[in-house]
Amino acid sequence: MTAPLLEIENLRTWFYTDSGVARSVDGVSLHVDHGETLGVVGESGCGKSVTALSILRLIRAPGRIEAGSAIRFEGKDLLTLAERDIQHVRGNRIAMVFQEPMTALNPVFTVGDQIAEVARIHAGMSRRDAWEKAVEMLRLVGIPAPEQRAHEYPHQLSGGMRQRVVIAMALVMNPALVIADEPTTALDVTIQAQILELLADLTKRFGTSILLITHDLGVVAENCARVIVMYAGQVVEEATTAELFSHPHHPYTEGLLGAMPRVGGNAERLATIPGTVPSPTAWPDGCRFRERCMYAWERCAKEHPPLYQIGAGHVSRCHLAVEPERRSQPHLPVAAQQGVTAA
Amino acid sequence: MTLLSVRDLTKHFPIKRGVFGQVSGQVRAVDGVSFDIAAGETLALVGESGCGKSTTGRVVLRLIEPTSGSVQFDGNDVFALGAGDLRRLRRKMQIVFQDPFSSLNPRMSIGAIVREGLTIHKLAEGAAADARVRELLEEVGLRPEYASRYPHEFSGGQRQRVGIARALSVEPTFIVCDEPVSALDVSVQAQVVNLLQDLQRDRGLAYLFIAHDLSVVEHIANRVAVMYLGHIVELAAVNDLYGTPIMPYTQALLSAVPAPDPGVKRERILLAGDVPSPANPPSGCVFHPRCQHPARDAACAAIVPPLEEKAPGHWAACIKQPPTAASWEAQKAAGGTNSPEFFLPRAALHRSVDSTSAHQSLPA
Repeated sequence: MTAPLLEIENLRTWFYTDSGVARSVDGVSLHVDHGETLGVVGESGCGKSVTALSILRLIRAPGRIEAGSAIRFEGKDLLTLAERDIQHVRGNRIAMVFQEPMTALNPVFTVGDQIAEVARIHAGMSRRDAWEKAVEMLRLVGIPAPEQRAHEYPHQLSGGMRQRVVIAMALVMNPALVIADEPTTALDVTIQAQILELLADLTKRFGTSILLITHDLGVVAENCARVIVMYAGQVVEEATTAELFSHPHHPYTEGLLGAMPRVGGNAERLATIPGTVPSPTAWPDGCRFRERCMYAWERCAKEHPPLYQIGAGHVSRCHLAVEPERRSQPHLPVAAQQGVTAA
Repeated sequence: MTLLSVRDLTKHFPIKRGVFGQVSGQVRAVDGVSFDIAAGETLALVGESGCGKSTTGRVVLRLIEPTSGSVQFDGNDVFALGAGDLRRLRRKMQIVFQDPFSSLNPRMSIGAIVREGLTIHKLAEGAAADARVRELLEEVGLRPEYASRYPHEFSGGQRQRVGIARALSVEPTFIVCDEPVSALDVSVQAQVVNLLQDLQRDRGLAYLFIAHDLSVVEHIANRVAVMYLGHIVELAAVNDLYGTPIMPYTQALLSAVPAPDPGVKRERILLAGDVPSPANPPSGCVFHPRCQHPARDAACAAIVPPLEEKAPGHWAACIKQPPTAASWEAQKAAGGTNSPEFFLPRAALHRSVDSTSAHQSLPA
């Protein structure tokens, strides 16, 4: 078996703020194989975006990637590369698609200029070649009349068109890995369907790997073969998509699946996860999910759960793996026993 | 009993150009919308961004002045009321906004925010008002002690609860919920949806629930109206709309929702292009440039489709879905070449089609 394209080991990205150290990413390990689309799901504040930014070393002070973290990509450790070399990786080998296309694009340059800039800087193309490349990329991502559209400014395009431009920019250098951070969250469902279709088509054609960060389990189900669930700065479950949806192990994953309204579902009442995500400056001891968990027992407060192996390619950060009989004794979580939501 | 009755509501925003502010066009945000809401009922208004659903919600409450049309609320003509009468009526109709971060005054404690309505409408004073605020906070699932805290100390879901408590303080019978859960995480979203449902059950509230998320709507709504470019294109009971969507736009919208079920590979109706600008809407049926109905032809670009009752309680605006008042002769006269035929693509169906459906000509 060949080495994975991207391998993250024990990544810890901490922010040294006035109100304490925010351990936003706290020991994340994951890998992305060649040509694979890996989904990363979790709610706001679980550390999924910080993980993505850490891969490209885009963390600014007061944030810091702690010693002992390792990010290996195509045989290089990105964390020890010189600034010059990491710039070569950014845009060239790893590209990023952001959530909000309006802020990802520069409002004072035409979209053609912005795409051409990538080709000029990373491939050293001439102005004319770079412009032609830009038009070709716009055509590739399905923008009608690309010759004219290339002369337009971001504000002249719709949200879906802008996101296509951002994807075109990401793909100019034919990168090995595209990190897509909530690429469709700002878009309407019909446009979201178009963009996801486009991403899937491009990966098939060029063999690009995608790290797809999202909060929408529906998007994961339709686009990813493997999923990582994050909670409170850590990976809490990892499995193939089919396995995760049919046999979720971690109570948080179970809660997320239950809380999601689905078209055609007939449950009158949505299951909820009581309480809210704790603050990254003060993760609880033991299991970080225990106050919101309906199975939690003494062990969860005392012992921080490791990632247990549940099955082939399926790991879960929950003591239920060793005491499965506890699953038959659900109770009201601490966060719900207070009768009202905690601040 | 009909609580709210909206008829032919339009709202056009003028486009002004140049230093003299000459009006050079109209954005037809809401263009002839009619619907009723019964007491205790939830009508959902769904559609993509820019379709006019939020504008509709605000015009109904007269937070924006209408261009034309009428709104009857509980026997009152909302657009004919003077300022004093309108304020008194607003006690009965409230709104919960989308963004829990910008809709709460950061300089007021949440107790003061919830109390403001009580004071303005002279419902309670002094200790009685304090007690009422505590009750309201408890009812929406917040600790009464929190009354002295400020909005920034709360998470998004908790702020949305404050917004709901504020709306409830004046004991309304009708609440416009303008994307109340769109800004929230899945687990918190479920908490707020359940809260809204509980409050409706306990207090008999009617909701106009504005949303773009079709899966949330299916959980909370009794009836659903689908909007596109300022028009209601389909209106039906929730089961009918999700089970047998008649309007091609609704079919595409439903098929675009990602299914959280990796085993199922659905055929998806991909709409080409974007929503046209409401400043320059297409002629005839506003949806015709993107429509994938097999019988679509020149008549669709010429005839404005009326919102017709295609099956009992199921209204849709499509001249190619029979029964239609735009007769085949009229369509031919308008350049039509394809006669109306019933079309219900498998791709859009999330449930098996109800066998008691009024339509016989369902494709196998």
